[in-house]
Amino acid sequence: MAMTREETQALIQEVLEVYPEKAKKDRAKHLAVNDPSVEQSKKCITSNRKSQPGVMTIRGCAYAGSKGVVWGPVKDMVHISHGPVGCGQYSRAGRRNYYTGMTGVNTFGTMNFTSDFQEKDIVFGGDKKLDKMLDEIEQLFPLAKGVTVQSECPIGLIGDDIESVSKKKTKDLDKPVIPVRCEGFRGVSQSLGHHIANDAIRDHVVHNRDNDNSFEVGPYDVAIIGDYNIGGDAWSSRILLEEMGLRVVAQWSGDGTLSEMELTPKVKLNLIHCYRSMNYISRHMEERYGVPWMEYNLFGPTKIAESLRKIAEFFDETIQANAEQVIAKYQAEYDAVIAKYRPRLEGKKVMLYVGGLRPRHIVGAYEDLGMEVVGTGYEFAHNDDYDRTMKEMADSTLLYDDVTGYEFEEFTKRVKPDLVGSGIKEKYIFQKMGVPFRQMHSWDYSGPYHGYDGFAIFARDMDMTINNPCWNSMQAPWLKPAAGEGEAPMAASA
Amino acid sequence: MALRQCAIYGKGGIGKSTTTQNLVAGLAEIGKKVMIVGCDPKADSTRLILHAKAQETIMHLAAEAGSVEDLELEDVLRFGYADIKCVESGGPEPGVGCAGRGVITAINFLEEEGAYDEDLDFVFYDVLGDVVCGGFAMPIRENKAQEIYIVVSGEMMAMYAANNISKGIVKYASSGGVRLAGLICNSRNTDREDELIENLAEKLGTQMIHFVPRDNVVQRAEIRRMTVIEYDPSSKQADEYRALAQKIVDNQKFVVPTPVSMDELEDLLMEFGILEEEDESIVGKTATEEEVCAA
Repeated sequence: MAMTREETQALIQEVLEVYPEKAKKDRAKHLAVNDPSVEQSKKCITSNRKSQPGVMTIRGCAYAGSKGVVWGPVKDMVHISHGPVGCGQYSRAGRRNYYTGMTGVNTFGTMNFTSDFQEKDIVFGGDKKLDKMLDEIEQLFPLAKGVTVQSECPIGLIGDDIESVSKKKTKDLDKPVIPVRCEGFRGVSQSLGHHIANDAIRDHVVHNRDNDNSFEVGPYDVAIIGDYNIGGDAWSSRILLEEMGLRVVAQWSGDGTLSEMELTPKVKLNLIHCYRSMNYISRHMEERYGVPWMEYNLFGPTKIAESLRKIAEFFDETIQANAEQVIAKYQAEYDAVIAKYRPRLEGKKVMLYVGGLRPRHIVGAYEDLGMEVVGTGYEFAHNDDYDRTMKEMADSTLLYDDVTGYEFEEFTKRVKPDLVGSGIKEKYIFQKMGVPFRQMHSWDYSGPYHGYDGFAIFARDMDMTINNPCWNSMQAPWLKPAAGEGEAPMAASA
Repeated sequence: MALRQCAIYGKGGIGKSTTTQNLVAGLAEIGKKVMIVGCDPKADSTRLILHAKAQETIMHLAAEAGSVEDLELEDVLRFGYADIKCVESGGPEPGVGCAGRGVITAINFLEEEGAYDEDLDFVFYDVLGDVVCGGFAMPIRENKAQEIYIVVSGEMMAMYAANNISKGIVKYASSGGVRLAGLICNSRNTDREDELIENLAEKLGTQMIHFVPRDNVVQRAEIRRMTVIEYDPSSKQADEYRALAQKIVDNQKFVVPTPVSMDELEDLLMEFGILEEEDESIVGKTATEEEVCAA
């Protein structure tokens, strides 16, 4: 039974009750009951504000936003985690941005490059070390197309001049060395890191081929922006666009390359999957090069068909006809997926709490399987994300921005969803509470989830999580009611 | 006698290093065992004791060796005049890196390596003039210097600095045992200087522990990279430093300072004719505007 508006509001009030007055006042602004008719989310929810101390926020930092999200997947460049070793090493290869290539030869995605700051580097500054490191990278990895310098916190604190080192080495090595000022303490979440990374791409990459017409442009050139190819997402998206007759010139940044990024201003249309992390560079290309951009969503057959048609609309009748053919071609496949899994998942409730686009983009895919997203929220959204989210969510569902550990657990206890989808830090908490859980940042080591191919995997994963027999074994045998007092039913909906 | 740790602060260029080394020489002369810890990237806190240009510093040696863990105490410790122990924390050239972190690292190293051995009577920290970040407050944090001496003169900026340093001491005094132990007036021969500094000391709740007159013998000794006490032990100035050293040995007056407001300080400076009464009517007026007014 879905909760009424009053019930949801009462639940929020009740959860807020434990906070001290000041924290309660602040957190109240980040929790809302959805009303899809409201045009502007700012009327009911506040976002992109500093987290309260002590609440166990799930957010990341600016370095995570730049190195981890935007720059890290650019596979033929070396990304230096400039500073002490931990930031780079503990985030190494964790995001499952798949790519093709020979790692360590012409691609470097899963490797960790760090300047490994020691006391002496803090005290005397790290510029000389960076200079030397860039020479070593050139010597050891000559096929790297460029290097980015991803600043960790101390770089900003000690005032190292990475810009001048980068400028000098760009000249010395005859390849781009790009300084990125994404010190972790900047901003309230990883969101500012995305922006800083976008700005670095704007300043050092997109204009590189402005006066170079050697690239033969085509009428159907597009770029995939904001798809990080997690578990192969961009690949299962790309094939659909290609089957429509479009030419995908660039993937930003999953399985992407420097030259792809440099060519992007020459495309006809930029297609944006993760709006939050790459709207900045898309807007820049629109302003400077007149390349329009369009948001799309390739989760679940309903949204896929909608998106493919919307994209085709931008082009000519050939492409439009192709889009219909693509949708028709896969219909038997996705109908079969729905036929198989919908009966097992019908009516199941989901609560999501993720990052850039998923809290709203996946809603349609769940609905295709007969499931209902009853609560959703973002770690680092801005209000333009919530504007888009409120339309996707049903009336009176829960919205929670920068949710705290306590709120998330309490909401889950009260709403009793059949599935929670969030990150690795949340996974074991909810599993121990007996709530089926999917890690929706890395697809729980599965994927892809984008496109028709991805939908089949998505449906299977949700089924095997929710209908896993382990959830019936949450009670110790000696605590179970004695024989005759009734036994827990096996595999509830299997 | 238990080890006494003292930190010397004061405006840049006021003569902290010179005063510290001379008074330490005075302490050594009466048989005290003393160590000087220079906490300034310039590393000029021990040159008069060692007759050296600049001692090799902990941070430079650490950088060469790889890390501070690769150093031994004897690598960084030097013995100078009258067996005074000398170390310099060291740090970067101006404009790069983090000098404050260098001070923190160096002092932690000295502690871990047992530089503060039981034979010592005094440790003196000679700290960079401007306490620009937490690193330069390291010597007055918990379990380090308990006594602070501020070197000051009758000049306006030196007194501003003394008052500001007192504010810093208040912060650390509330959480630990650090106390203001007195002002050392290093004379610049301004009018009624002794009276002025005594007045300031009173306002800060402390004492002017000694008035060190100006004497060219200090410069003559410095050229020879020596303290006055070593260069010209019979000079009057040597006696002044001896007197200062003895007063520090006997000092009992350790206070939580009572820094004054800017207005109070300016009133004091006006009283002594160092600062003129402010004329609010001329604030923000250009020369041309003033001409027009005058016309």
